[in-house]
Amino acid sequence: MGSMIHQAERRKRSQGIFVVGIFIILIIVAFIISMNTGFIRLSPIEVFSTLFGGGTAQQELILFEFRLPRIVISILIGAGLAVSGCVLQGLSRNALADPGILGINAGAGLMVMLYVSFYSSSVSGSVFLLPMLALIGAAAAAVLIYVLSYKKGEGLIPTRMLLVGIGVAAGISAAMIVLTLRLRPEEYQFVASWLAGRIWGTSWKFVLALLPWLVLFLPFVFYKAKVMNVLNMGDQTATGLGTSIERERLLLLAAAVGLAGSCVAVSGGIGFVGLIGPHLARRLVGPKHQILLPVSALAGALLVLVADTIGRWILQPTDIPTGVVVAVIGAPYFLYLLSKSKM
Amino acid sequence: MCIRKKGDVLQDVQKEINTAKKIKVRSRPLAASLILIGGVILLLFGMALAIAIGAKDIALPDVWNAVFHFDPNLTEHQIIRELRMPRVIGAAIVGAAFAVAGAIMQGMTRNPLADTGLLGLNAGAGFALAICFAFFPGMSFLGLMLYSFVGAGAGVGIVYGIGSRSKGGLTPIRLVLAGAAVSALFTALSEGVALYFKIGQDLAFWYAGGVAGTQWVQIQIVLPAVVIALLGAFALSRSITLLSLGDDIATGLGQRTGLIRLFGVLIVLVLAGTAVSIVGSVGFVGLIIPHLTRKLVGVDYRWIIPCSAVLGSLLIVFADLAARTINPPQETPIGALVALIGVPFFLYLAVKERRSL
Repeated sequence: MGSMIHQAERRKRSQGIFVVGIFIILIIVAFIISMNTGFIRLSPIEVFSTLFGGGTAQQELILFEFRLPRIVISILIGAGLAVSGCVLQGLSRNALADPGILGINAGAGLMVMLYVSFYSSSVSGSVFLLPMLALIGAAAAAVLIYVLSYKKGEGLIPTRMLLVGIGVAAGISAAMIVLTLRLRPEEYQFVASWLAGRIWGTSWKFVLALLPWLVLFLPFVFYKAKVMNVLNMGDQTATGLGTSIERERLLLLAAAVGLAGSCVAVSGGIGFVGLIGPHLARRLVGPKHQILLPVSALAGALLVLVADTIGRWILQPTDIPTGVVVAVIGAPYFLYLLSKSKM
Repeated sequence: MCIRKKGDVLQDVQKEINTAKKIKVRSRPLAASLILIGGVILLLFGMALAIAIGAKDIALPDVWNAVFHFDPNLTEHQIIRELRMPRVIGAAIVGAAFAVAGAIMQGMTRNPLADTGLLGLNAGAGFALAICFAFFPGMSFLGLMLYSFVGAGAGVGIVYGIGSRSKGGLTPIRLVLAGAAVSALFTALSEGVALYFKIGQDLAFWYAGGVAGTQWVQIQIVLPAVVIALLGAFALSRSITLLSLGDDIATGLGQRTGLIRLFGVLIVLVLAGTAVSIVGSVGFVGLIIPHLTRKLVGVDYRWIIPCSAVLGSLLIVFADLAARTINPPQETPIGALVALIGVPFFLYLAVKERRSL
């Protein structure tokens, strides 16, 4: 009996490693295709030779200064948003939680917008400040949602959390529309495409601005995977097992909000990644967070990378914002999940 | 074998009489009449005020003269006739349309969170408009309006389709979530279309919401449609009251629920589609006004529907006035202004938890 469980465990683990491998291969394939996609076409061979130092100056410029940072950022944002969604789904025990739907992204967006409308001249100089501001906005939205969906004696009410989130997001976007009136046309252009989810941070500076936050929060969440498993069993079981629920929950929530906020600062309003990534992962590797979290990250990274590539490729030379592509994929998926859920 | 005992039949009849007695719904005709009369007076006054106030302030007597003794040689009269009147009338029509559409949806589906914005109608109509601007640039306003109906229908169709297909049935929260996702989808598609065809300028009005560019041509087309739909809504109001008490009761009282729903949905589509084609995506009117009205006049839709129409008009006329005067010469989008009231109200409803929300 014991050995059978052990065997099943081992099979699951090897299955998890297999899934991780598949995702990494897919990301590499998407990476190569994405490198080839753009206004100036480069053949795969040219890409390879440039990557290893054998390209012309123009090819190097295109690859290293334009495409590569954008691809790296897509991957980072995808991973960050998906892990954030995974944590939120785990904490609220609600399959439909996502930083976009819950209004956390909108909160981050509002801060970015406020900054742009007051200190517009220095958008490019503020690369490192923006993630921090976005984080504050995201945290404020999260606190508001938390307070409104908390009920004494019952804790966080998952369905109410979604409703409140939708309301908060609607309110914040109304505030943003009012703010856009202050803007000059070129600033408005920036904000409009930011809201549509056009990845605007396309240079290495943004990678540097985003990376510290991911380096801080991602390992923390992975480290807490076991705690998340326990929290998933429900409050009573978790308390019984000696976990101090409220503290752990707040810490994890802070990490999820931090991830979403810093990613949104660079990516703009991309929703649904935090929904799709974890779901796909759960389908493939099950509910254990030790494996679920990394696979979510990979799935999210793949999703955003593919969406960004499609956005650049499908209506050339127009560049469709990544957020639009993700929404076109993500919204039907959300509806599908909704029709399945027993809420 | 199938003949039932006389006693049983009598019992059934008794039961039905009892239900019919219970149907005496709580309503306050007096309050409702007051709201109707006072509301209409206030509305007329508000419209006159909205016509008078603007970049060039015009005295109220001049407004009166411009309406009833029009003199084409006076600039003031020209401004009033050509710019301000259609705009204010448009605002009144739109307010009534959104509010009544919301009232019907809330009544028919017993869903306290029903609103054309929340349930995806506005986004669907907006997407249809984007398609029109992109592929048929010269389309007449009538054509735009018809496409707008179709878009609204597509939006609400998907939302209810998803809701009814799922295991738990049509719960309010499921519908709101489906509405949010459908809106996200349609908005994304509209953005894609707008970017590709470079019609962002034409569409910008739609995202923000505003009645600034309303023209007489539009009013001429929209007014009959909305008036007919409002009359239809009023004719249906008794049946909607019964539906709002539950399907069993409505059927028990001999209502053909399917037919009523069909007509109700058609009316809602006409109202929402028309309103969106004029003002763009303004949410929350259909949420706030019916709730407020229900609080004031009780649960009889024969009163709720006309009172909602009047109060909805009032809300949008004054919102438009505020939109013009808060930060002149720029216009604040009406949608954002209404959301400032609408969002806290929505949150209040969401937190209050009634009807297993």
